[in-house]
Amino acid sequence: MAKVKGDIVIDIEKCKGCELCMDACPQDSLERSKQVNKKGYLYIVKVEDNCTGCTNCALVCPDGVITVYRQTAKNKEQIAKITNVTGDITVTVKE
Amino acid sequence: MNEKTMLDDQHYENMIAEESVCNAENLVYEKPSKVLYDTPMHYCPGCGHGVVHRLLAEVIEELGITSDIIGVAPVGCSVLAYNYLNIDMSEAAHGRASAVATGIKRVLPEKYVFSYQGDGDLAAIGTGETIHTCNRGENILILFINNGIYGMTGGQMAPTTLPNMKSTTSPFGRDVETMGSPLKITELVAQLPGTYYVTRQSVHKPVNVRKTKKAILKAFEYQKLKKGTCFIEVVSNCPSNWKMNPVESNKWLDENMLPFYPLGDIKVPDKNLQTDD
Repeated sequence: MAKVKGDIVIDIEKCKGCELCMDACPQDSLERSKQVNKKGYLYIVKVEDNCTGCTNCALVCPDGVITVYRQTAKNKEQIAKITNVTGDITVTVKE
Repeated sequence: MNEKTMLDDQHYENMIAEESVCNAENLVYEKPSKVLYDTPMHYCPGCGHGVVHRLLAEVIEELGITSDIIGVAPVGCSVLAYNYLNIDMSEAAHGRASAVATGIKRVLPEKYVFSYQGDGDLAAIGTGETIHTCNRGENILILFINNGIYGMTGGQMAPTTLPNMKSTTSPFGRDVETMGSPLKITELVAQLPGTYYVTRQSVHKPVNVRKTKKAILKAFEYQKLKKGTCFIEVVSNCPSNWKMNPVESNKWLDENMLPFYPLGDIKVPDKNLQTDD
């Protein structure tokens, strides 16, 4: 069974580094950064590429800084997309 | 992408790697930006208030009642709730949010009205207002955030503080003999005939967050049907005044608060009386 591919985007300037998302992540793909943001918090970054888009991190985030994406079944069929330099020919390869 | 992000190599690499999945059609979860302002909240890191604000905003956005809802903010940590929610809000005197909400609902019966209160506000200073509002069965939603302490003023003992729990006014722990037992106000109002839906939820785990959202959604639906007062207690944490980090505080909540304040519906509407579904 192919694994569901997901991804998250963290608004690092609004993150307060409370680590609740790290605790909630079943894949342990989140880590604390080594740098601070403008407010002086050690924000959270995604370090592992095993996100499944389960939205657990976004649900527990008190500041709502996480946006979650998950590859839909329709997109999974499309395994490659090739576009030439000028962008007028697009070849889509499906399973 | 700003300079600061560019400096963080690891994050920059992540940004490149995620281009394939991060597009609008794959979006599964984002902040309810129509109702919740983009302003950073003043709450401490890890505070449950932020989650409840977001859930409230999500429900309002889903029901499409942005212009038909009026909220009443309390005195306490959530006193500035009107700075974060893009809806009509009013501020009430300490503990009187449910009384103010009653007035608003009676003048504008077609609007959805809710009060958002903390435990010091609702269970100590506004006990009378809360009990009488529930007893009269006003068609409002009372959202009660219980973290067992007065958070804004620096961690004094609240009526909901657990036995033997330390606070700045009970430094040796709450002594039940001299300071009384914690007040389970949710069970108290569930006995009143005016309340229609009384439940206790929490926001410390993803599953509980989902349940809390469902409870808020239900409460607004009952309000539309003019069924009576809906009362939702949300057991929350206070990392700063419990002197813990956010993850520890959620663990402490799970181990100590929840045995005393069990989660679940306390008063559910009689299914035989329901005409819808």
